[in-house]
Amino acid sequence: MIFSFNSSKSRILWTGFTFEWYKSLFEDKEILKSLNNTLFVAFTASIFATIIGTIAAAGILKLNKYYQKVILSVTRLPLINPEIVNGISLMLLFVFIHKKTGFFEQGIFTLILSHITFCLPYVVLSVIPKLRQLTPNIYEAALDLGCTPFSAFLKVVLREIMPGVVTGGIMAFTVSIDDFVVSYFTGGAVQTLSISIYSMSKRSISPKINALSTLLFLSTLILLIIINFRESKENIKKKELI
Amino acid sequence: MKKRVVLPPYIFWLVTFVLVPMSLVVYFAFTDKNGNFSLSNLNDVFLYSNVFLRSIWLGFIATSFCFLIGYPTAYIISRVNIKCRKFLIAMIMLPMWTNFLLKTYAWMTILEERGFVSCFFQFLGIGKFSLINTSSAVVFGMVYNFITYMILPIYSVLIRNDRHLVEAAQDLGANQLKIFLKVTFPLSLPGVIAGIAMVFVPSVSTFVLSKMLGGGKDLLIGDIIDMQFLGSVYNPCLGSAISLVLMILVFICSGIMNQFVKREERTVIAL
Repeated sequence: MIFSFNSSKSRILWTGFTFEWYKSLFEDKEILKSLNNTLFVAFTASIFATIIGTIAAAGILKLNKYYQKVILSVTRLPLINPEIVNGISLMLLFVFIHKKTGFFEQGIFTLILSHITFCLPYVVLSVIPKLRQLTPNIYEAALDLGCTPFSAFLKVVLREIMPGVVTGGIMAFTVSIDDFVVSYFTGGAVQTLSISIYSMSKRSISPKINALSTLLFLSTLILLIIINFRESKENIKKKELI
Repeated sequence: MKKRVVLPPYIFWLVTFVLVPMSLVVYFAFTDKNGNFSLSNLNDVFLYSNVFLRSIWLGFIATSFCFLIGYPTAYIISRVNIKCRKFLIAMIMLPMWTNFLLKTYAWMTILEERGFVSCFFQFLGIGKFSLINTSSAVVFGMVYNFITYMILPIYSVLIRNDRHLVEAAQDLGANQLKIFLKVTFPLSLPGVIAGIAMVFVPSVSTFVLSKMLGGGKDLLIGDIIDMQFLGSVYNPCLGSAISLVLMILVFICSGIMNQFVKREERTVIAL
């Protein structure tokens, strides 16, 4: 990371301080495009996964024990499976459908679909405990007070389980940003950040990678600090209320 | 009433994007290039049995190291006061938030011939020492990348343990070592098992690490699968067969682990 400011190309010798690699990083269209792709895929996938997962979690808890077990174990499958198996199985699916119908050419759309798929378990498994903690009477009370089931869910249940939903969403987002294996197999020609880092490291050693890693590290650090700060703020608020 | 509207889309999603792809893997594993049923792919898998053994062996070493380093770390973290604990956990989580390829890339620099580690050893007078492009570098990468998954489950179990049990053991005259062996460690077993599973599965199936740190000499299962699909030897049928075997291996592992955890829980309840 320190070497991102180094003016020579060597990663061992220190020859002087420079911002040049940062400049060239921001001039590299390929990297900027892949950064763009990564963020776009991560946002779309995590939002969709959060919505689908939350609704699904609510539905799963309404089932009887046996079906609950079945669906939950299928939900866990992408987590248990090695990533590479997830990747190639999705790739086989997309290639297969493409051969038969001509749809689903590998690209950003298939990338988003597969990202939603492996993000879903994180959302479902973080929402379900929150739903279990919920008193069932709240929902019924809302119905008795004249809410439609839909608005009761939206206004009462969702508000109560929000922490779980947000955690699930954030987890989905980070998992999606960090993913390499699945995108590698399902993205086709679309480059995400991980994939371009991979190909950069294969080709030649460029200090741009160092610059990039410094930036990424700093941004996640800031994100973490913000989250921690918010948490401690909320704790203080709670204490004041008590 | 609600469940009728709410669930079908999700079930549809699970079926199309989880179950159907997995059955496609099975289907391709049992067909040859012309689409006829055949067992030849599964036969061919045995040609790679040395790769399987190597992957499992490296995964095993990496998991053991993770355990040997991770358990004491988790234990120490669970003992210090809350402020310290939060800070340490954040420190341990931090590498998890950086991209796995970037971390590996950084290690490539450190381990390389003229890199930091070799300079350090030269400084000590041991002589030139290059780790990159060896299997130890690959194991090192595995340990570094996956150790968080070992520490966190163990930590979360240790932190939940009832302190009174330790005090009771002390009152009954057990010394520190005995308390650890007979009380703390058995109680933390579910966490240990979860950690082992979470480290072992990705280590066995990893495929970039060996390329980046191992110089592509010692192929692992992941690399072979990658080669069959996107590499020079295009043969998705064989690739599927290898993945199928890998999948079954992992399922057997997690099945054994599950059995073990359940029995543990049962004995705890019975006690």
